[in-house]
Amino acid sequence: MGILIKGGRLVDPANKIDAVMDILIKGNKISQVDKNIAAPAEEVIEAAGKVIMPGIVDMHVHLREPGREDKETVLTGTAAAAKGGVTTVLAMPNTNPAMDCTENIELLKRIIIKDAKVNVLICGAITKGRMGKELCNIEALKKNGVYAISDDGCSVDDDVLMFEALKAAKKSAIPVICHCEDKKLSANGVINLGFNSTRLGLRGISNASEYTRVARDIQLAEKSKAAVHIAHVSCKESVEIIAQAKKKGVQVTCETAPHYFALTEDAVLGYDTNMKMNPPLRSKEDLLAIKQGLRDGTIDVIASDHAPHTENEKNIEFERAEFGKIGLESGLVVSIMELVDKNVLGWAELVAKIALNPAKVLGIDKGTLSVGADADMVIVDADREFILEKKCIVSKSKNSPFIGRTVKGLVEYTICNGKIVYKWNS
Amino acid sequence: MKWSLWAKTNMNWTRKDLLGLEYLNREEIEMILDTADSFKEVSTREIKKVPALRGKTAVNLFYEPSTRTRVSFEVAAKRLSADVINIAVENSSVRKGETLIDTGKNIQALKADIVVIRHNCSGAADMLARALDISVVNAGDGWHEHPTQALLDIFTLREKMGKISGLNMAIVGDIAHSRVARSNIWGLTKLGAKVTVCAPQILFPPGIEKMGVKVSSDIDEVLKHADAVNVLRMQFERDTNTAFPEQLEYFKNFGITQERLAKAKKNIVVMHPGPINRGIEMSSEVADGANSVILEQVTNGIAIRMAVLFLVATAREV
Repeated sequence: MGILIKGGRLVDPANKIDAVMDILIKGNKISQVDKNIAAPAEEVIEAAGKVIMPGIVDMHVHLREPGREDKETVLTGTAAAAKGGVTTVLAMPNTNPAMDCTENIELLKRIIIKDAKVNVLICGAITKGRMGKELCNIEALKKNGVYAISDDGCSVDDDVLMFEALKAAKKSAIPVICHCEDKKLSANGVINLGFNSTRLGLRGISNASEYTRVARDIQLAEKSKAAVHIAHVSCKESVEIIAQAKKKGVQVTCETAPHYFALTEDAVLGYDTNMKMNPPLRSKEDLLAIKQGLRDGTIDVIASDHAPHTENEKNIEFERAEFGKIGLESGLVVSIMELVDKNVLGWAELVAKIALNPAKVLGIDKGTLSVGADADMVIVDADREFILEKKCIVSKSKNSPFIGRTVKGLVEYTICNGKIVYKWNS
Repeated sequence: MKWSLWAKTNMNWTRKDLLGLEYLNREEIEMILDTADSFKEVSTREIKKVPALRGKTAVNLFYEPSTRTRVSFEVAAKRLSADVINIAVENSSVRKGETLIDTGKNIQALKADIVVIRHNCSGAADMLARALDISVVNAGDGWHEHPTQALLDIFTLREKMGKISGLNMAIVGDIAHSRVARSNIWGLTKLGAKVTVCAPQILFPPGIEKMGVKVSSDIDEVLKHADAVNVLRMQFERDTNTAFPEQLEYFKNFGITQERLAKAKKNIVVMHPGPINRGIEMSSEVADGANSVILEQVTNGIAIRMAVLFLVATAREV
């Protein structure tokens, strides 16, 4: 019984395995990992030449439900996740209503039970309505099964309130995900501040709007001893500040997103609103610092910041278009192209950053192929090249900055809790 | 008019749109200037009309209040015998929430041939041009570009000085928020002029020197070397994010006055895109003085816009 995957290259950094191995799934768990497993199985997948890795844990996803089902739903978002090799997503709390109380979390949980194709974990809000005025009951959120808290989309501007939030998070042993942005310094900007903002006549967002808040949140984390995770790091100075803090022993982790190592501010020339995101696409220098941070371990996690928006919200004047882009379906392939193929990371390091490390940040037992672990895994044809086409996007929204790109690394199977939730079909 | 000449010039014009001078090369800019040269004479005739665009329809789609640019485009189109329709935001369904692209597609469905767009958002003309098959002419988008203004400035300068290459050109004022400055810088540098931008530090946008200009905040020093100065309109109300200098303070430190001009080259050409704030960016004596070509700019604006409308509308017919 179960699923037997034969002859694939198993990449499992948690167990320091990178070798040709078979893997047997029974029920929803991994039952055996070995060379030449001969046990009978209901389904045998021949995976010679393919990479078998733990399912991706994407800790920065906007599923938009409840509230903006026109952009994305739990159903469509998790279908997109499955296609992208993602078996666990952390759903950000900027829904309507926000995930700031038991009642709203129960509402979302019911939708997840009904519709989710992969594991969906909930991130709670830090403040009520994400307004930055009044703390949520963080203890109650934790009891409701929230895995982290964040006001994502907004930074908690009030220093005192942020410090209180961190102390409460420490008490409840829950990580705080920081959207680091001083909106006063962003000054209504829409792209990176620099020559391109001058050239295009658009308001710019300085690196300072991000890194000053990174510095503040790290200092408050050090004082409160809470675990903080810096979301979507985009610039050089943030990487430097985080590296220093880690050296000092502050409990800080961070993530970047594929577009920050795959694209620069030059992608915005021509006013393509799919290139409009927050933080904005930065300079070449920042991109190199992000890659270096990934290489030297300063950046722990790669997460998509999947932010679906409708065509109506994107196919308008650049300044008026929404910030954000989708990424669940392109995160893995873009990472393979930009990091593995360009020798920034090896396969094992990449898998650590997209599966193992985010699982550790969230304190969940995922991101591994250990015997006895949840059977979440992906089979990837790592050498297969294809073009990312708009018509193939599963997500309800189509705002991808990578449409038309040739990428490498086709997801053939995604298995979540022992079930095949996605199978590539030519 | 020499039809054969038009046909000849137009043989090389391949663009359906005019969106900005950043996108054009030197030959294309010179082609517009040369075409304008041949059209300028039309406005001196007793019957100020040629049939070049007879049967064509041009729509002026203006999302920002503008009189001079809109009227200039209208006159230009009419002197080419095109039919002209003006749409201003207040009178249209834009207010009812129609998107720019929908509005553009409706205009296209009316079988118009050219849309002239003025919009407060940078990139609006680029976006519209991508969405439509008909020609789009940018009449000013946000802080981005105002190509026909720069072309008429350069045309006027070329008339006065005989050439552009090697000239020392000063652009004074709010560089950060000026589409006129950006278009002038692209156009002038492509034609070989040496451009210096002059403003208080706070009104320089980041990386402006990468556009190939010198940067200075010393107006007297800049004027000493300038063959021509283009004085931008100060729009103190525009950007609430910038701390603007106080108006009288600005006039004292950067205003173009007779005293300042007395120390400049004798034949310095003084330009202004209008409308002038007298006593803020320049004194009345200078605006009305011997060095000023401000009204000639307005006249030349017709020839430039005739050239642009003609070239884009006939681009694909040749």
